[in-house]
Amino acid sequence: MTRKRKPKLAVWKFASCDGCQLSLLDCEDELLTVADEVEIAYFLEASRAVVKGPYDLSLVEGSITTPLDIRRIQQVRQASKFLVTIGACATAGGIQALRNFKDINEFISVVYARPEYIETLDKSTPIANHVFVDFELRGCPINKKQLVEVISAFLQERKPNTPAHSVCIECKLRGTVCVMVAHGTPCLGPITHTGCGAICPAYYRGCYGCFGPMETPNTASLSAWWSRLGAKEQDILRVFRGFNAYAEAFRKESEVHEK
Amino acid sequence: MKSRTIKVDYLARVEGEGALYVKIKNTTVVDVKLKIFEPPRFFEAFLRGRAFTEAPDITARICGICPIAYQMSAVHAMEDALGVVVDGQLRALRRLIYCGEWIESHSLHVYMLHAPDFLGYESAIHMARDYPEIVQRGLQLKKVGNEIVTHLGGREIHPINVRVGGFYKVPTKQELKPLAERLKWARNAAFETVRWTATLPFPEFEQDYEFVALQHPEEYPFNEGRLVSNKGLDIAIRNYDDYFVEEHVPHSNALHSVLKEQGSDNLTGRPYLVGPLARYNLNFHRLSPLAQDAARSAGLSPVCRNPFQSIIVRSVEILYACDEALRIIQEYEPPEKPAVEVQPRAATGYGCTEAPRGILYHRYRIDDDGTILDAKIVPPTSQNQKIIERDLYQFVSKNIELPKQKLTQQCEQTIRNYDPCISCATHFLKLNIEQE
Repeated sequence: MTRKRKPKLAVWKFASCDGCQLSLLDCEDELLTVADEVEIAYFLEASRAVVKGPYDLSLVEGSITTPLDIRRIQQVRQASKFLVTIGACATAGGIQALRNFKDINEFISVVYARPEYIETLDKSTPIANHVFVDFELRGCPINKKQLVEVISAFLQERKPNTPAHSVCIECKLRGTVCVMVAHGTPCLGPITHTGCGAICPAYYRGCYGCFGPMETPNTASLSAWWSRLGAKEQDILRVFRGFNAYAEAFRKESEVHEK
Repeated sequence: MKSRTIKVDYLARVEGEGALYVKIKNTTVVDVKLKIFEPPRFFEAFLRGRAFTEAPDITARICGICPIAYQMSAVHAMEDALGVVVDGQLRALRRLIYCGEWIESHSLHVYMLHAPDFLGYESAIHMARDYPEIVQRGLQLKKVGNEIVTHLGGREIHPINVRVGGFYKVPTKQELKPLAERLKWARNAAFETVRWTATLPFPEFEQDYEFVALQHPEEYPFNEGRLVSNKGLDIAIRNYDDYFVEEHVPHSNALHSVLKEQGSDNLTGRPYLVGPLARYNLNFHRLSPLAQDAARSAGLSPVCRNPFQSIIVRSVEILYACDEALRIIQEYEPPEKPAVEVQPRAATGYGCTEAPRGILYHRYRIDDDGTILDAKIVPPTSQNQKIIERDLYQFVSKNIELPKQKLTQQCEQTIRNYDPCISCATHFLKLNIEQE
């Protein structure tokens, strides 16, 4: 296929650990091929070179946590034809959304000796709360194969093939024995969005929900099962308040278990 | 009066968001600020109230490039609190997964983030057009590191298999075998990396640093040892807070860490350097014979005070990590249990391990149920910030006649000598240079 010009790819960062954009650099076998197909126009973790927008595909990592970032995400949206969020921070507010349930001033005083130097919002929010998002890629961290799929789909002008079923299905597909049924290990697999490859149960531990809620999760039923397995209310609260605490289904279920 | 400023609003090829600001009046540098504007993420605050068992999974999320370092410091601190010793093959597996992270993180920095500076490219992707074999070698070396982490940890970023007491599941001997084959290739590639990086053009820039690293009686340090320096520091990890103090400066969202002057509580302590240069200078004699030979034959003496040559030192450490990983795999016998039993108790625990960028200190206080009451985490980059600023001051003072564009680029390179991890440091950084 011949193109008039290579599409421009930009990678943006907001509050995050950099792990999701690192996933692109972790595509050791595919990175140079991707670099042949797109023009890497803005990707500060990898390159000093900055090409002016507009950009054809923007990958956005991280959540919105400062007043400046609210303005910056709007500029990114204006400069982007397609905007895809990558990871739990950009898609659900991330682990830093744990502040959303607390008093932010108390948090600042715990960490910083001079709170007056800190400018931050009282909530950490996903990108979609601020601008229109064309596609969301889940995970803390994202799965790099899914990232390559998203970029390929964009280049071929089709919808990315990233299933929305639960981790349970993935366990069945890879032939992992159910840790909840066989060992009585509490697991979030039944309500968690697939994508990781169901690795936790394969390592004999329960899923802790790093891909966030699946399409239609029955969180109340799963909480009841956790109780039967001996989990205390506090344990259930904490497990829903993890890397996707501000995703609606997880947030609501966590509130049920709050004292 | 002539004045200039050097400003870099967004530092590239570092992890996280930072900026540089240097102000020059006539021929004197009057101000240097390494700014970290990465938004704060409040890890220490929300660790309060979480279970002690959650610390490795939560703190891994401070950094996508060195999650193993966070997991290792967390598990060691918790085990210290609970009076648990993890030894034998479980301890060896922890060294093995740390080898994987060093190989992955150092290869990323050497090839993708730092080497383009020396050869005048904007990125490794630009460099790949002229040096395809070299960039491919870097990517494949990095991949071997990631393969170790994925094998033992389940995935390369934020691995899921590390727990207080050991692992959820340990590998069989057979499962580790393919890694050994890959590591033999990697060891040769790492050897070539040492030879190649030694040929890069280095500015003359020797500095007198206080190097701080772990030191262990038998090993090149990863997880354990005493905290020592070349200027007399020699303490147990649990005494860290008595000797080091963090201060909060207006221009940075990352705290600056300094060594307290003895007998004083004021915050004007001594800056110090952590990371590969510090480890190498304090522990050269603990490198494997192959790594020592590679360093010497590349012309690197056991004492290296030029921060630009940290790229060779990192390469020596990649070689060491390949050697050490092979040794561990060859001597591996699966342990009977994947983890030691742990029971919570009210206590305070201290942990410090050698992240790729330097010492990473964790302290937790937990109650009878194992709930975390408070947490303190000091990442390598906040410890190196003052030294980075001092290097910039010295470098610009020495090279003040350079054209602005060249000087700016070399200031960025000076910062990248440290492979700063900005996301870690805020749990870091904004660069502007101003000349009046």
